[in-house]
Amino acid sequence: MLILVKFAKDKPAVLGAAIVLAVVAMAILAPLIAPYPGDVAASHLLQRLKPPSPEHPFGTDNLGRDILSRVILGARGALMIALLVVGISMAIGVPLGLIAGYQQGWLSQTIMRVTDIFLAVPQLILALALAQLMGPSLESAMLALTLTYWPFFTRIVYAETRRLAAALFIDALQCIGAGASRILFLHILPNAISPIIVRATIGMGFTILVAAVLGFLGMGATPPDPDWGLAIAESRQYLPEAWWFSTFPGLAIFLTVLGFNLLGDGLRDIVDPRLRRSR
Amino acid sequence: MLGFVVRRLILVIPSLAGLLVLTFFLIRVVPADPAAALAGENATPAQIAEIRHQYGFDQPLLVQFGVYLAQVARLDFGESAYSRRPVSVDIKQRLPATLELTLAALIFATALGIPLGTLAAVYHNRWPDTVLRILSVGGVAIAAFWFAIELQLVFAMDLGWLPLRGRLSPGLAPPALVTGFYLIDSLITGRLDAFGDALRHLILPAFTLSLGGLATITRFTRAGVLDTLQKDFVTYERAQGFPAGPLIWKFVLRNSVVAAITQIGLLFGGLIAGAVVVETIFDWPGIGFYTVQAILTADTKVMLAITLLIGVIYAFVNILVDVVHGLIDPRLREND
Amino acid sequence: MTADPLLEVKNLRLSVRTDEGVAQILDHVELTVARGQILGVVGESGCGKSTLARAVLGIFPKAARIESGEIRFEGQDLLALSDADMTRLVRGRRIGFIPQDPYLALNPVFKIGAQLLAAMRWHAAQPTSEAARRAELVALLRRVQLPEPEAVLERYPHQFSGGQRQRLLIAGALAARPALLIADEPTTALDVTTQLEILKLLQALTQEFGVSMVFVTHDFGVVAELCDVTTVMYAGQTVETGPTGAVLAAPRHPYTQALIACHPDRAAALIGIPGQVPSPLAPPPGCRFAPRCPTAADVCRRRRSRLVADAPAHGVNCRLADERLAARQAGVGA
Repeated sequence: MLILVKFAKDKPAVLGAAIVLAVVAMAILAPLIAPYPGDVAASHLLQRLKPPSPEHPFGTDNLGRDILSRVILGARGALMIALLVVGISMAIGVPLGLIAGYQQGWLSQTIMRVTDIFLAVPQLILALALAQLMGPSLESAMLALTLTYWPFFTRIVYAETRRLAAALFIDALQCIGAGASRILFLHILPNAISPIIVRATIGMGFTILVAAVLGFLGMGATPPDPDWGLAIAESRQYLPEAWWFSTFPGLAIFLTVLGFNLLGDGLRDIVDPRLRRSR
Repeated sequence: MLGFVVRRLILVIPSLAGLLVLTFFLIRVVPADPAAALAGENATPAQIAEIRHQYGFDQPLLVQFGVYLAQVARLDFGESAYSRRPVSVDIKQRLPATLELTLAALIFATALGIPLGTLAAVYHNRWPDTVLRILSVGGVAIAAFWFAIELQLVFAMDLGWLPLRGRLSPGLAPPALVTGFYLIDSLITGRLDAFGDALRHLILPAFTLSLGGLATITRFTRAGVLDTLQKDFVTYERAQGFPAGPLIWKFVLRNSVVAAITQIGLLFGGLIAGAVVVETIFDWPGIGFYTVQAILTADTKVMLAITLLIGVIYAFVNILVDVVHGLIDPRLREND
Repeated sequence: MTADPLLEVKNLRLSVRTDEGVAQILDHVELTVARGQILGVVGESGCGKSTLARAVLGIFPKAARIESGEIRFEGQDLLALSDADMTRLVRGRRIGFIPQDPYLALNPVFKIGAQLLAAMRWHAAQPTSEAARRAELVALLRRVQLPEPEAVLERYPHQFSGGQRQRLLIAGALAARPALLIADEPTTALDVTTQLEILKLLQALTQEFGVSMVFVTHDFGVVAELCDVTTVMYAGQTVETGPTGAVLAAPRHPYTQALIACHPDRAAALIGIPGQVPSPLAPPPGCRFAPRCPTAADVCRRRRSRLVADAPAHGVNCRLADERLAARQAGVGA
């Protein structure tokens, strides 16, 4: 309870939480709240590239589709990619980090060397190369992003596990004969949860950004998906006249990522009191 | 100090070795038939067999690796399937453009970020701090490609103040080649017209690229300064009558930038990746653009060379960061 | 006719806003230092002695507020000066500071020379050359018994031991030839042998440079060794002040008496004073020692904290002193 009160005092964090909730609601209710839900696929060439108006608050795109609806519908794809990527990265990265942190031998070293190498290459480039290797599509983009994000979790969990493994209570547990997996999952993991949650939240925002870039470069979502990055790519040739075409999807990306970042920061401040001073 | 640098250099070797092995694996072992991958989609079986023999894919792996290492040492990365020129030539031609862009972005982000972060810390919890904190979080949330397009929209298309794309206006001849950095070369060869033009072309791309870094450097400097301000020696220096200006900007700041410097190092790598997007949008003839082209056309030789190049750059930037850390904080130079 | 005191703190009240409420850290505190004198301020942890010492320099914790009082130094009320003026005119220049923890007080990323010379440059009375200041600093370092002073200037703080760093800090405090030194428990973080060396050094230097000193400590032994005059504090109030010999040998305030009586050198057994030090968040009204005092009376809870002359140059903050004074005056009158 006290945690909620502390969180509520942090205005930027509350703003972040509000944005995230709004985006999630938008994604879940998309077909219900979008004014023209059919514009996922339909085209109305007579109404192409119309500026913002009461019927189309965000204007229409090159195929006459309502941009507001496509932005709302696009939230689904964005969130889904982010959830899947972050979720699977966690599923891979966290256990690896636990093992690497708890063991001392060659297994630990190998895991960490591999992690370092993955972390050394810029995520975008690796994702691009992998997406290319597997043929451009939403699935390959997600796979590529997952393969580049798991090392972040491994590194954090490794550091936390090392720190906790040195703690006295682990010694005590080992003395009474608790097995390694029991110690790892019942005792160490719960204590490492907080940084994992913070990283996951920030990872959501980060993934949405990189997924948007992939969409923009044609390596992710394909037409006619209402993908935000793809929309911006499509908008380029109609600039500067159809300014609304690129501006609104871009704002959607910006606000969503901002929301996740603010929320993640707020969580970090609650979770790690040491860092509160530097707020 | 020298020993410190040498020790750092030695530590780089395993990482680079790992990178060489990894790239070798990616190109020779991952595709089921590397010869087919190299030959391209429309090759006949005879052509594929020819390539297999020519490249020695029929040799044992270890021999292939040895050949590979020798090639890398000679800087021979083969020929680009797209441009039909040696990859090393392509890279040599394009690297300065990216470096100029990246360094400009880095310098801007640092020169602005460190003072802003310090100000935010000094005005802790008052309105300048709140504004700067919001801008910092916002800065990393902005999609670079979108921001670039919006900047083009406003400054190049609507207002016409700045050029839309490229390094130089179409009619203008580039300055004579000395470093490949247009800004430096034009000054050296006395071409002031080229200098002004190149500078105007640099502004939008460099600003776009610098945004994320600016936000991050501001944040980390702010955190570092806030941390330092709590320390005893700051109270002591105040008690000894150190004037506020030098106290903050000299004596506090040097203690506060270690974390920010680490970020600057990490940033450099991020900037190389960011250059990929920015160069694509602004038609900047650097290796970022080249990389995207290579990926889109499955030009594996180029991708390989670029990966190695980036790995090497990363390694050396890390050493540089460590060296700067050592310069700032003498305690780090002692036995590590 | 006594000369004007160098430093006079009168009626100082200081409070600090905390998450749990307002803490009354200093309550009507009084302090006087004459020229050429070493004043010891002694008391338990948390009695406010450090806060008092730092308040003279205008160094307060963030949420602190001066509610009333006066700090007169060389005839001027320091509380009336702006922070900028304090920095320019007083700190480091007329009043030097020797901090408690030598391991944390020096800036770790600058050479010793860079730090100390910077301060000297700002506080120079007349324009001097860099070379002249360097020479002066070297002489000063030699005077605080640091070997190879020239080399010292080029080294970093972490390359010195605690005792050496404390000497550096003393040199730094004296560099601008201040009239007063404020030493905030400068020997607490050092081992006993080094403590003694530093104390002897301070004694010699204060004589040689003609500076007065306010020496904050919790150790009566140090006070006995070094200080001419002693002020005892308890829970944010000054309870007794007088010549060190008198205060230690014949204390007149119940707190001082109890404290001296249970000092391990004197007491047969390890006993303490019954009760606990009150929290500054909820201080007892009037005399803050009353709840634990064997001679407490009703009037103690209403009595405003002030030092009363009880013997020559000996002030005591107690209703007993009031009564003794009244008795003397009645005796004189009669």
